[in-house]
Amino acid sequence: MTLTEKILARAAGKGSVKAGDNVWVKADILMTHDVCGPGTIGVFKREFGPEAKVWDRHKVVVIPDHYIFTADSKSNRNVDILRDFVREQNITYFYDVIDDPNGSWKFDPSKGPLQRQYGSQYAGVCHTALPQKGHTRPGEILFGTDSHTCMAGAYNEFATGIGNTDAGFVMGTGKLLLKVPETMHFRLEGQLQPGVMAKDIILHCIGEIGFDGATYRAMQFDGPAVKNLSMDDRTTIANMAIEAGGKNGIFECDDQTRAAVDARCRLNGTRQTYEPVERDRHESFVYELTVDLSKLEPTVACHPDPGRRQLARLMTQTQLDRAYVGSCTGGKTSDFLEFARVLRGKKVVIDTFGVPASPEIVHDLQTARWDGQTVWQILVDAGVQMTENAGCAACLGGPVDTFGRMNAPLKCISATNRNFPGRMGHRESQVFLASPATVAASALTGHITDPREYLS
Amino acid sequence: MNLATIPQNSGERQDLKHLRLSIAILREYLRELTLAGKSDQILLRWARRVHPYGHIASFFASSRMMNFIDNLPRRRQHILMQSVFTGPVYVVRDNIDTDQMISAQYLNLVPTIPEEYEKLGSFALGGLPDSLYPVRFVKPGQMDSDYPIVVGGRNFGCGSSREHAPIALGSAGCHAVLAESFARIFFRNAVATGELYPCEIADRLCDALQTGDVVTVDLDKLTVTVEATGKVHAIKPLGDVRQVVDAGGLFNYARKTGMMSAA
Repeated sequence: MTLTEKILARAAGKGSVKAGDNVWVKADILMTHDVCGPGTIGVFKREFGPEAKVWDRHKVVVIPDHYIFTADSKSNRNVDILRDFVREQNITYFYDVIDDPNGSWKFDPSKGPLQRQYGSQYAGVCHTALPQKGHTRPGEILFGTDSHTCMAGAYNEFATGIGNTDAGFVMGTGKLLLKVPETMHFRLEGQLQPGVMAKDIILHCIGEIGFDGATYRAMQFDGPAVKNLSMDDRTTIANMAIEAGGKNGIFECDDQTRAAVDARCRLNGTRQTYEPVERDRHESFVYELTVDLSKLEPTVACHPDPGRRQLARLMTQTQLDRAYVGSCTGGKTSDFLEFARVLRGKKVVIDTFGVPASPEIVHDLQTARWDGQTVWQILVDAGVQMTENAGCAACLGGPVDTFGRMNAPLKCISATNRNFPGRMGHRESQVFLASPATVAASALTGHITDPREYLS
Repeated sequence: MNLATIPQNSGERQDLKHLRLSIAILREYLRELTLAGKSDQILLRWARRVHPYGHIASFFASSRMMNFIDNLPRRRQHILMQSVFTGPVYVVRDNIDTDQMISAQYLNLVPTIPEEYEKLGSFALGGLPDSLYPVRFVKPGQMDSDYPIVVGGRNFGCGSSREHAPIALGSAGCHAVLAESFARIFFRNAVATGELYPCEIADRLCDALQTGDVVTVDLDKLTVTVEATGKVHAIKPLGDVRQVVDAGGLFNYARKTGMMSAA
């Protein structure tokens, strides 16, 4: 069996499963957020009754992160709906925006978009928060009401996005009927060259299979190169499995995985026992691709879909209005470090926005120093508008007052994950997806630029 | 108020629709109050929140009463059940993602709150670029679409897992999407909510048809007939999907078939 089949078989209580089987699997974690949580709660209450209790109050993880730093009253209300439900159900893991469990959330626009407006429990973008708070463990099943839930596959678990109705069902029963996906195999070999990042690997793979190339399928990433990829790198890759239509992306468990998971579970006091799945000799794949990482170059996915692959060096004619680094995909500490490495001591020539994915990342960037200067300050000095208000922000547009949202038909190069028409705001705007290094180089020139030009 | 005296232009029809909806909510809510036996506590919360000049519908939208509204017996807004339907199609191309079906800025609307469910419909397919789709699926100022059938190309519904997407289409009055292929989560959400029939068609209908062409969809015979030409296209077998959508979604189906106890 493949890694995905092994996890699903175990969760279904079966000795083996094969692609195409429909199986009931037990959930280990159900994650929901402020955009789909209220609707999921609505379905749960409607279907299981007003007095119903969630199947396991320790396994429902609630992470407001999408529309937080906005004056939109309905969005603020949605965070309050989550809080009311968490209180009613006595849910253990709720990463609230505010500290008062009986309060209500209201964003204060008069303080501006840059200054921190959250309390001590807020955790930022759900997919980044899940591993940081010790909710991702090898061998487990994670459901989330968000398509990028597949990011947690980097930790050797089966993680996939589901809708409100399915999530309402899981909330009540802890189970879900799933079709076992076929597995596509991506074997990674060789060493990434300077200026090339994990984002380039996944943009390359999606370009190879097309952006519906993995529909209904699992994407398994393994091979000798994986040991040189950090957990951040692996999450970037697994995160974008959905951008090829994939049901999940998955990696093997190694020492790095175990070290990260153990440390995080200990830190937040979550369960520290888990059972990884390992590869065996009897794997059946519907597709195989070997990628030599040493041959990859900085890559861009052109408007309007993540499968429109092109090399950055061939796109210098594309003029830009804006650059953006942030989101679960591209707003991690390692992403901002690469971003800063290119921008250091220089000035951006277009509007450039930086939105860290989590408060912890804000802290990292404000404390990491290069020659006495914080990375945060290096970015600010380069002209980047850096906000402390970690969250999904303009990656998916959001309410019109969202930080970095495109409210006009602009062209933006972005370290985020999706570039369909209107994704970052205005429906005639255009988004070009690239690594943080490529975004940085492009911000310095105002057109799409290969970051290797700025590496000395 | 004598409803018959209200002029039937579109703006006021909408208000009327809201008003009727609000009255229905209020009536059910009041019943819920007596049943729940929590009236004092709830009324206190009400009293703090009621705005004397606010439209009652907007009160519901801005209140945190959803827990109670959700408990109403309303399982879904409409149940399809029709096996044959005829109407004009709205044609879109390949790779229509969920952002184009419902712009992310409207994800602040909660589908299980009836008024917000209705509103989601008014924004259905509103994210399509005007430059490519000058004819809109829902005309400005209307709550529902004139097109009960949407025709798409490949990979319809790619992108996010937001259930708002099939819900917006269903709320706008779409019964079926006829596409060459569907993205996984959208397909599942369309069936789980019972909002619409996602029908796969081998023929590339988005090239053969134009917005406004009238077709008849027959779910028993698995055919799409173009009224003007009489040309018939085959729908791929729907399998279990048919029964689940017929039942009004996953939960209704589970109860109907004894997988879940009737609530």
